[in-house]
Amino acid sequence: MKFAHATTIAARRRARPLYKLSTGAAVAALAVTAAACGGSTQSSTSSTQGAAHKGGTFTILANSSFGVADPAQNYTLEQWQLLIDTHDGLVGFAKAGGAAGNKIVPDLATSIPVPTNGGKTYVFHIRKGIKFSNGQTLKPSDFVTTFERQFTVPGPTSFYSSIVGANKCSTKGCNLSKGVVANDSAYTLTINLTAPDPEFMDQLSLPFAFAVPASTSPKLTGNNVPPGTGPYMWKSYNPNTQAVLVRNPYFHVWNAQAQPAGYPNEIIEKYGLQVSDEVTEVLNGQANEVYDGDSIPSDQLSRLNSPKYAGQVHVNTLTADYYFALNTRRPPFNNLQARQAINYAANRTAYIKIYGGPSLAVPTCQILPPNFPSYAPYCPYTAGSSHTKWTGPDLAKAKQLVQQSHTAGMKVVVDSSNDQVGKALAEQMVSDLNSIGYKASTQLLAAGIQYPFIQNSSNSSKWNVGYSQWYQDYPAASDFLNVLLGCGTIHPNSDASPNIAAYCDQATQSKINQAEAMGATNPSGAAALWTQVDHADTNAGPWVDMFNPKQIDVLSHNVHGYSWSPQWYILIDRLWLSS
Amino acid sequence: MATLLEQVEVDTELRPAVAGRNPWALAARRLWRNRIAMAALLLFLVIVVMCLAAPLYAHDVAHVNPFPPNLNGHTVAGGKVVPVMQRGGGVLRLGETPIGPTWDPSHYFLGADSTGRDVAALLLYGGRSSLLIGIGAAVFCSLAATVVALIAGFFGGVTDSVASRIMDIIWAFPVFLLAICIGTELLTHSNGFQFGPVHIDASSLLLPTAIIAFIYIPYVYRPMRGQVLSVVNKEFVEAATAQGAGNLRLIFSEILPNVVSTVIVLMPLMIATTILTEAALSFLGVGVQPPNVSWGTIIQDGTGLVYTRPWVTIAPGLMILLTVLSLNVLGDGVRDALDPRAKLRVEG
Repeated sequence: MKFAHATTIAARRRARPLYKLSTGAAVAALAVTAAACGGSTQSSTSSTQGAAHKGGTFTILANSSFGVADPAQNYTLEQWQLLIDTHDGLVGFAKAGGAAGNKIVPDLATSIPVPTNGGKTYVFHIRKGIKFSNGQTLKPSDFVTTFERQFTVPGPTSFYSSIVGANKCSTKGCNLSKGVVANDSAYTLTINLTAPDPEFMDQLSLPFAFAVPASTSPKLTGNNVPPGTGPYMWKSYNPNTQAVLVRNPYFHVWNAQAQPAGYPNEIIEKYGLQVSDEVTEVLNGQANEVYDGDSIPSDQLSRLNSPKYAGQVHVNTLTADYYFALNTRRPPFNNLQARQAINYAANRTAYIKIYGGPSLAVPTCQILPPNFPSYAPYCPYTAGSSHTKWTGPDLAKAKQLVQQSHTAGMKVVVDSSNDQVGKALAEQMVSDLNSIGYKASTQLLAAGIQYPFIQNSSNSSKWNVGYSQWYQDYPAASDFLNVLLGCGTIHPNSDASPNIAAYCDQATQSKINQAEAMGATNPSGAAALWTQVDHADTNAGPWVDMFNPKQIDVLSHNVHGYSWSPQWYILIDRLWLSS
Repeated sequence: MATLLEQVEVDTELRPAVAGRNPWALAARRLWRNRIAMAALLLFLVIVVMCLAAPLYAHDVAHVNPFPPNLNGHTVAGGKVVPVMQRGGGVLRLGETPIGPTWDPSHYFLGADSTGRDVAALLLYGGRSSLLIGIGAAVFCSLAATVVALIAGFFGGVTDSVASRIMDIIWAFPVFLLAICIGTELLTHSNGFQFGPVHIDASSLLLPTAIIAFIYIPYVYRPMRGQVLSVVNKEFVEAATAQGAGNLRLIFSEILPNVVSTVIVLMPLMIATTILTEAALSFLGVGVQPPNVSWGTIIQDGTGLVYTRPWVTIAPGLMILLTVLSLNVLGDGVRDALDPRAKLRVEG
C-alpha cells in the first residue's frame, strides 16, 4: 500500500535508509552502538552553550543532487536530512541521537492525540504564533493544502491513502474536505481515516506531511521548495551546483525535542565531486561532511582506518537488508527446496567482504533487520546447530536439497547492477549456485535500469535471482514484511512492484492482515504475530538475505556534537563548528 | 620483308624474360625493411603469444582458477601463508583490501582484484578476450563494409543511395551511445541474441564482437566506397566488361584486388580502435560479461583500488597501451609499404 511511482520507490530504496526500534533490547543495543561510536547521543545543552556553538557555514559534499526539490515528491534521504531543518509536521521524530531519536513527539501540534471513532479520527490542536519563512502565520488550513498536494503532485500518495476522500484524488485534483478538516478559529485539525492505521503517526512524521502554506501551488514546484516553519529556509537550490540553507528569521523554539534552533548559520550542500575527492576535501578541512548516502570506495576505507581520523569517522548500524530475491514464478526457485538450498549454500562471509568487511556489515538469514520492532534472531540456513546466528554455509545440506528438488543442472540467471559491489555480489552468487549443481550466469545492468527491470513481471522470464536492497521508511515490521513479501504488493507489468520475488503465501498473508488489524489495539500481540511472519517468510526462502549494512559518517576535524538518529541519521543542525 | 609489327613481335620474343615483381611481394619487402614496423609487429606477436598461454600460466604456474571469486582464499607471500583479502587495520578496521603484487609468478604475481582473483592470470585471459574481440570485430566490420561498398559503388544509383543512407544513419549515432543501447538491450535477454537459427549466448564474446563490428561498419565503408568509385570506370574494368565478364567477376576479380589495399591499411588501425572500444564498453559494463574478463573489465574492477592496489588498473592499461601502440605503428608501416609513393622514402 505504499507504492505509486517507480522512480520514488527506486529513490527510497537506493537513497534513504531509515529506522526505528521499540523493544527494550533494541533500545539497549542502540545505546551500546551509540556509545561505541564515540558517544553520539546528544545530551541536553544549556542555552549558554548553545549560543556559544552557533555560527559558521556547514558544508556537505555530495556526489549528486537529490533531484526535484518539492517535498511532496522527493523521496530521498539526501533532501530529507535538510527538510527536517526547514519544515515541520504535526508530529515528528525527536531530533536526538541514539534511541531517543525513535520517539515521536508533538511538533506543530501541541500534543499527540489519542484516536477516537474506533481509531479512525485524530484531532490535532495546532500551535499558535508560528510563522513560515515567508512571514505568513501557520494556520490549520495550511495542512489541508499539504495533504491535498500529496495527491496532486506525483509522488508516493499511498502513505496517506487511508484518509477519507483520498481514493477520489488524483494528479488532476483532490478534495479532502471530509478527510482533513481545519478549524482556523479553534486552531484544530481533524483527520478522518477510512480504517484504523497503527502506523499513521509514523507516516505523519515523514517529510511528505510537512506543512507548507495554503497558497502553495497544487502542482509540482520543481526546484523551488515552498516555505517551511523550521529554523532554516531554502535560499537556493540548483541540482547541478549546490543547495543553500540560511536561518529562518521568523523561527522560534516551541518544542526543542522536535525542532531545536540549529547551530550553523548556513548549511551548504555541494554537488558533483567524486566520492574519493569528497573524502579528501573533508579530511583536509576544506568541507565538513561527506554526504552519508555516498558510497565510499574501498581504497578510501583503508585510509579512514588511520588513528589520525579516529575522531572524525563514525560507523552506525542500519535497519536495512541487502538480499537476492529468488524468482518464485519460474523454475528452479518456484520449488521450496531449491530456494532453501541456495540459502544454505550462500557464502555470507564472502558477500560481507565484498561490501567492506565485518566492520561494515553483519550476516543475516531473516527478513527483519536487528534492532527493529518484532525482530527475534533467527537463522535456519547455517552450518552447525545454532538457529539464531549464521556461522557458515552448509554445502552438504544444500546439495542434498538440490537433488531432492530435481532442479540440478538447471540454468540460473543472476540479475544485478553493474556497479562494483553489485557485480561482485552477483559473481559470488553465481559461484555459490554453481557449487551446488546449477549452471549460473550473470546479467548485469545499470542500476537505474536493473531495479525496475526485476520488479516488472513482464521481465520475469529473463532472470531467476535478482539483487536488491531495502532501507526502512519508518520503524514498522510491515515496512519489510508486507511491503516486500505481501501478496498485495505484486503489481503485474508494473515497474513498481516491490515484491520482487513475487512470493505470496495466503496463510502468511492472513497473519499479516491480522497483525495490521491488531496493531492499534494490541501492539504486543501484533508484534508477536510479525515475528511469526518474519520466521515463516524466512523458512519459505523467497530471498537469500545476505547482510545488514552499516553506515559511515566522515566529518572534518572542526566538527563537534555528532548525533546520529536512527530515523534521520546524522543530524546536521546539531553539529557545531570550532574555528 | 617483315612489317614493322612483325619486327616488334620478333624483338619481344628474342628479349630475355624478366621476372615480374608481384606488388604484394614488393609491399612485403618494403614492410620487412621497415624496422620500426617490424618491432611493432614483434611486440604485438609477443602479446598475442602471452595471452594464448593464459591457461598454461593459470594452471601450471599460478595454480589458480582465475574466474570465480576467491574472497576466502589464501596464498603465500614472503614465505608466509596469508589471506588473499586483508581486513583493514586501526580501531575501525574498515574495508577489505586484496593482496598486492608478490612479484612471485606462482603466487599472485600482480596481486588480487577486489574479489580475490589473481590479476596476472586475469590479465592474460583478459588479453585473449580483448584481442579476440578486437581482431574479430575489425575483421567482421571490414568484411561487411567491403561487401557493401563493392555493391554500392559498382551498381551505383538507388543501391548506392540506399546503402549510403543506411550507413549515414548508423554513423549519425554517437558510437558509444549506440553500442551501450544495443548492449543493454541484448544483455537483458537471458538467452542472449536470437534471430532465426542464429543464437548468441548473453555471456558469449561474440555479442560484444558483433556490436562493435556493427557500429564501425560506416567507418570502413566510407573510404572503401570511395576507392570502388575511383576504379569502377577505369579502362581495365571496361575492357573486362567488353570481354563479357559478369558482375560478380568484375567485382571480385577486377575491382576488389585494386581496392583491397585500403582495407589492409585500415585493418591494424581498426583492430586498435576496436580493442579500445571493447575496453571502454567493458569498463561501462556493457561489453564482456562475467565469467569472461577483458582488459576493460579488469580496469573497471580496479577503479576502487587505484590508491592502494594501482597495479590492478595499471597492468591492463599498460597492455592496452602497448597493443594499440604496436598496431598503430604497424598500421603506418603497412600503409607505407602499400603506398607506391612511399617507395622512394623506404628504398631511397
